[in-house]
Amino acid sequence: MKDKIAEKLLLFIALSAIISLMLITFFIFQQGIPLIFKAGLGNFLSLKWAPTRGGFGILSMVVGSLMVTAGALAVGIPFGLAAAIFLAEFSSKAIQKTLKPIIELLAGIPSVVYGFIGIVILVPFIRETFGGPGFSVLAASIILGIMILPTIVSISYDALLAVPNTYREGSYAVGATKWQTVVLLLLPAARSGIVAGIILGMGRAIGETMAVIMIAGNALKIPGSILDSVRTLTSTIALELGYAAGDHRGALFACGSILFLIIIVLNIIAIRITSRK
Amino acid sequence: MSKISIKRLSLYYDSCQALKDISLDVESGEILAVIGPANSGKSSLLRALNRLYEIDRASIEGDIRLDNESIFRLPINVLRRRIGIIFATPVVLPGSIRKNISYGPRLHRKLSKSDVDELVERALKSANLWDEVKERLAESASFLSGGQQQRLCIARTLAMRPEVIMMDEPCSGLDPISTAKIEATMLELKKEYTFILVTNNTKQAARVSDRTAFFYLGELIEIGSTQRLFTSPVDRRTDDYIRGKFG
Repeated sequence: MKDKIAEKLLLFIALSAIISLMLITFFIFQQGIPLIFKAGLGNFLSLKWAPTRGGFGILSMVVGSLMVTAGALAVGIPFGLAAAIFLAEFSSKAIQKTLKPIIELLAGIPSVVYGFIGIVILVPFIRETFGGPGFSVLAASIILGIMILPTIVSISYDALLAVPNTYREGSYAVGATKWQTVVLLLLPAARSGIVAGIILGMGRAIGETMAVIMIAGNALKIPGSILDSVRTLTSTIALELGYAAGDHRGALFACGSILFLIIIVLNIIAIRITSRK
Repeated sequence: MSKISIKRLSLYYDSCQALKDISLDVESGEILAVIGPANSGKSSLLRALNRLYEIDRASIEGDIRLDNESIFRLPINVLRRRIGIIFATPVVLPGSIRKNISYGPRLHRKLSKSDVDELVERALKSANLWDEVKERLAESASFLSGGQQQRLCIARTLAMRPEVIMMDEPCSGLDPISTAKIEATMLELKKEYTFILVTNNTKQAARVSDRTAFFYLGELIEIGSTQRLFTSPVDRRTDDYIRGKFG
């Protein structure tokens, strides 16, 4: 009897999580899609964003989001992978036990703090060293790159540890050095986990809002270089939703729908890759 | 001069001593069988010879010489190329059959595609596996049967052109037919290589080896020609073991 109640209760709680996800999805698309039809696909995919005067072009924001995400990966992948390889293969148990929680702690720092550090340290540094406004693709990429490190490091680390020890012995036994074993054997063997980690990090980078608003400059154009200011889809929603009404509001929900689609596609890819063995 | 000469070798895992003051020679071109019950130090002996014990963080005393040169002075990749090892459970690397074989040689020198073709064919033929897999060299090696995987591991070791091949209970998980195939392979290869065969199967030791060493609790109890050791052992513990009274 008690079992039955517990089972039903758990089922209800589990379902409510799924149902709220479905409701959110439905709401975003229901609010956003009509605007796309009303404005027309040509207008929606143009460069002209003037939502109070009938310009609903989101192209520069989509490009901005993709640029910042690509930049974040360019920073996060080499550092994250190097950290994971060091932890899994080259460090002692004691070092692993100390460093891994510290890296995971990075995920717990609020994004506004990252943004703050960006404004105070990184933006002036970029302005003085490379010129330009400082608020730039580069600043956002570096901060986001650091923010996605815990995802990439811990998933890649787990993937490396999951490679059976017999592979390592087999490789050492034919005279491979540690480094050769990592590059030729362990990275290929752990590839699916590593790629999944990168894609999840990518999802986090594309969805991040607060830190990006604070350091990207938010100018409404496609950046000509990595030192130019940039505006992402998420920034636009956060900056404008407070005063938007009517079609403007619809256009922001349309931005949300596009963002949602991008993230769903990334997650499906990640699940596909991790389940393939 | 002996191929391998072990002098007063002791090996420790933390506080536990796995090998106690072992001295023994391995002659060129022989098959030396190492027998003994569990925990007798047989596998530790092999892991000392190619310095694989280093990844277990074990420590060692004494000296081991290969062609009269201390193995502790050889670069580790050279040592492990000269002394190959086959494990009890076949270690098939991810990737194709072809890749499994070329993995080792590729670490040491540059190989063209035709070099690899030749190397793969020769290694597989020597390991008596060529006829069974020649049509599917590009397929994943993990689909091979247990016996085929073990022969693939032998081929991978042979592709390194080692001088000594160590086998750590190579047939423990295999059926009698696969075992017979591996034993036949060993007897064929004996002309060119020196073998150290660790085995739990005393009958196997009697079938293939020239000399046999009996280990018990980390000590070398007795070593001698296989025929002599199995017919008139000197030590009572050897006698008990080969009669199946313990172990």
